[in-house]
Amino acid sequence: MSKMSDFMGWVDHRIPLTATFEKHMSKYYAPKNFNFWYFFGVFAFLMLANQILTGVWLTMSFTPTAEEAFASVEYIMRDVEMGWLIRYMHSTGASFFFIVIYMHMFRGLMYGSYQKPRELIWIFGMAIYLMLMAEAFMGYVLPWGQMSYWGAQVIISLFSAIPIVGDDLVTWIKGDFLISGITLNRFFALHVIALPLVIVALVFLHIVALHEVGSNNPDGVDIKKYKDEEGRPLDGVPFHPYYTVHDLVGIVVFLFVFCFVIFFWPEGNGYFLEHANFEEANGLKTPAHIAPVWYFGAYYTILRVVPDKLFGVILMGAAIAILFVLPWLDRSPVKSWRYKGWISRINLVLFALFFILLTWLGTQPATGVYAKLGMVGTVVYFGWFLTLPFISAREKTKPVPERVTH
Amino acid sequence: MKTLIALVFAILPALSLAAGGGVHLDEMKVDLEDNASLQRGAKYFANYCMGCHSTKFARYNRVARDLGIPDDMMAENLIFGESKVGSLMKIAMRPEDSKKWFGATPPDLTLVARVRGADWIYTYLRSFHQDESRPYGVNNTVFKDVGMPHVLEGLQGMQVKGCALVVVGFDPLTGQDIKEDSCAKTDHDGNQVEVLYLEQEGSLDVKAYDKVVADLTNFLVYMAEPMALERQRLGFWVLLFLALLFVPVYYLNREFWREIH
Repeated sequence: MSKMSDFMGWVDHRIPLTATFEKHMSKYYAPKNFNFWYFFGVFAFLMLANQILTGVWLTMSFTPTAEEAFASVEYIMRDVEMGWLIRYMHSTGASFFFIVIYMHMFRGLMYGSYQKPRELIWIFGMAIYLMLMAEAFMGYVLPWGQMSYWGAQVIISLFSAIPIVGDDLVTWIKGDFLISGITLNRFFALHVIALPLVIVALVFLHIVALHEVGSNNPDGVDIKKYKDEEGRPLDGVPFHPYYTVHDLVGIVVFLFVFCFVIFFWPEGNGYFLEHANFEEANGLKTPAHIAPVWYFGAYYTILRVVPDKLFGVILMGAAIAILFVLPWLDRSPVKSWRYKGWISRINLVLFALFFILLTWLGTQPATGVYAKLGMVGTVVYFGWFLTLPFISAREKTKPVPERVTH
Repeated sequence: MKTLIALVFAILPALSLAAGGGVHLDEMKVDLEDNASLQRGAKYFANYCMGCHSTKFARYNRVARDLGIPDDMMAENLIFGESKVGSLMKIAMRPEDSKKWFGATPPDLTLVARVRGADWIYTYLRSFHQDESRPYGVNNTVFKDVGMPHVLEGLQGMQVKGCALVVVGFDPLTGQDIKEDSCAKTDHDGNQVEVLYLEQEGSLDVKAYDKVVADLTNFLVYMAEPMALERQRLGFWVLLFLALLFVPVYYLNREFWREIH
């Protein structure tokens, strides 16, 4: 025992190990009324670790060249010991990462976790989301299937809509006049080194900012208002051990669902692994229907509702950009939707449902009824953001309790 | 007009042109546990398909091991040319040549079942019909104007596309099938509904031929994801472990939170 504390003393004299652990775990007070929705932060962390670890092992056998990429993925699936499992963990992991992130974001919307003083947490989160989209897009190109190739073709060509420099920019991104092994190789570099570094750094900032102001909770009340004589929030519990054991339960349940998909439903009906991507990339053969992976669906739909390419790109960019200013659009005096008016609640549910609709529409051909639904969905999407300042400022709110409820 | 009774696989374009422009596909029940079927499928594949189609991402000895075929038997019966038992299942035909001969290079079939699905392969291989306008005298209702000749003609015989009496139901009073002229109906584009029927018999009857195609399809489904059974077997144990792990984790959490109000 004393040998152990001697050792810890030696370490703590040189690096603040105990102090850091206390600050962020054993003496970090989190509200004790976290509900189901508060699992998704730790799930996102789990998926990040999953993607990095499986990614490292995939890199050991993957060949980032136009000639060999597709074959090397099949080599991993067939000849590498347990390679299929690592690959499915990574490919299904990407979809699960986005499911988790979307739930995590919806949690923030419900309980006003982006409001003062948590604006920077939200902005770092949105930056992570943006980087994750770039990361997923580039990762999707790597297996060099038909959808990898033609999906990249569609997305990269969006930059050509930019006036004057557009075409040169596209060539610069591709590194070639068409999508080729050069494009594949640079996307590999960005996917395995540059973007993961940026994402990990942003996650660090996200957590630092969170721990500076403390976690919000389903009631949106400030737990630091009432403290005991030792300065501990009355409505808080130390993150460790209370939330570590609590999250463990959630993690086991989450892993059960995740593993069920990996082992029994890895293609997810063509949503997690698209059928057309099992055919090797062929620059001379355009697939009949080019669809992005489901997690880009909503933005792809918004892009397609406008017949004009430049305006479509602007609208799609605006759809993502507007998320960043959300903390300043919501002018409600209360945080949680529990104490907002019924208009706010209904609007948020509608917004979420239409986001799901837009996501699904993105995987379907944009014709007939689908095209019209896409327009309605786009109006609802932007409408929610643009009406938020007026509704949130004028709406009658309910009194927020002094202490958290259960 | 022909009268046809045993025609079970009448292809009705009326049903077909659903969303996505797809053709109606017959359902095929895949059974990866049926080793005999997979072995027959491998044999048919080597004999009828591998002249032109590779499965270049798979290795002979992996197939042999998975299907329970001894390596030497595999080498004797299923490997042609100079390939070793550990080689990838490539073919000797050069893509430039085959493109000249067929109009398109016959695709590699390792993953075809994951691209097209089992039902597609099963229906496609039973949907060749005579068409003198095509270079090899055949066309296909599932893959229009495909460059592939009807390789299995010796087994199936030759089908013709046209009007025929098709079985649409069963009359319990007379005990006889109810038949209807397919061309009496039109699809939503106003075209007559043409069906496929055998004009020239092959060495197999319809049922036996369907079974050959089913074996071949079964094999290609195996080929596309050879670890599918292993994946499910392992998955069972992983889920069982997680289910058991849930119990102590649940009680650990409850124990800690007992004191929190």
